[in-house]
Amino acid sequence: MKAKIIVTPKKAVVDPQGKTVQNALEQMGYKGINAVHVGKYIEIDLAPDADKPAAQRALNDAAHKFLSNPIIEDYKLEIE
Amino acid sequence: MMNFAVLQFPASNCDQDAIHAVRLLGHSARYVWHKEHSLGDAEAVIVPGGFSYGDYLRCGAIARFSPVMQAVKQFADNGGLVLGICNGFQVLTEAGLLPGALVRNRDLQFHCEHIFLKTVAPDSPFTGRIPPGKLLRVPIAHGEGCYFADEETLARLKAKNQVLWHYCDATGSQTDPSNPNGSLRNIAGICNERRNVAGLMPHPERACEPALGSDDGKWIFESMFAALKNKSVAAAA
Repeated sequence: MKAKIIVTPKKAVVDPQGKTVQNALEQMGYKGINAVHVGKYIEIDLAPDADKPAAQRALNDAAHKFLSNPIIEDYKLEIE
Repeated sequence: MMNFAVLQFPASNCDQDAIHAVRLLGHSARYVWHKEHSLGDAEAVIVPGGFSYGDYLRCGAIARFSPVMQAVKQFADNGGLVLGICNGFQVLTEAGLLPGALVRNRDLQFHCEHIFLKTVAPDSPFTGRIPPGKLLRVPIAHGEGCYFADEETLARLKAKNQVLWHYCDATGSQTDPSNPNGSLRNIAGICNERRNVAGLMPHPERACEPALGSDDGKWIFESMFAALKNKSVAAAA
């Protein structure tokens, strides 16, 4: 079982990295890009027999407390 | 003589500078390793600059869970003076001891230069001895020093007079070009509501003797020494 956590900067936070990547993409000729946000991807391997709802709860807690900073970041958690 | 504790995390790199500055100014300082659970007889704590735990995940995110930070929290809850410098500021925000967060500099570059600080709130244990009107010329050295907080937090910081220093130009004007990293409202350093925990991105400990190009940083430490002295006088009375 695998947990996938995607951390992205909050909309209110200036994201110079995303802006720089966007500029580069536009210079390369890619059209129709409204915005780019650069975040983090965290993959956690769980024991195959892990209890999914319990893992969901625990990892939500960890993502809120540690893996993301709620002041500046949002996260999405998926377990599969 | 006041006793300072200077924390050491793996990859702290301004710990020696902090110890040197405190001793140079006539007080006592010792290192406290991140695995320690106690600060001993320390009367003030410095969380120094560097790249604690390699800045992995986010700056300060891992350091805040180290055993010594539990002792620092307790120390701060009891009213002890805590100063976070650069990475130490990031650690204190991650630990929730100071509001807001530090994010990537707006130009994505690491800035290593001298800047000017204007003291906005002289009524704190970290600013009380700074001569009125004196601009502090101190170095910065960071890639993630852009202060961010939501509007509500910024309003509260202002209302409670918690912004201690702004970035400014050589004349004291709070301009955009004098803001090295894009910090909201030019904020360079803040304190908590109780005014016993403060953090700033610039390095006062690297500017405490003329040989280093500036000794303006000493005023922040002199303010702390004076505040501690007043506190011990009050306690004895």
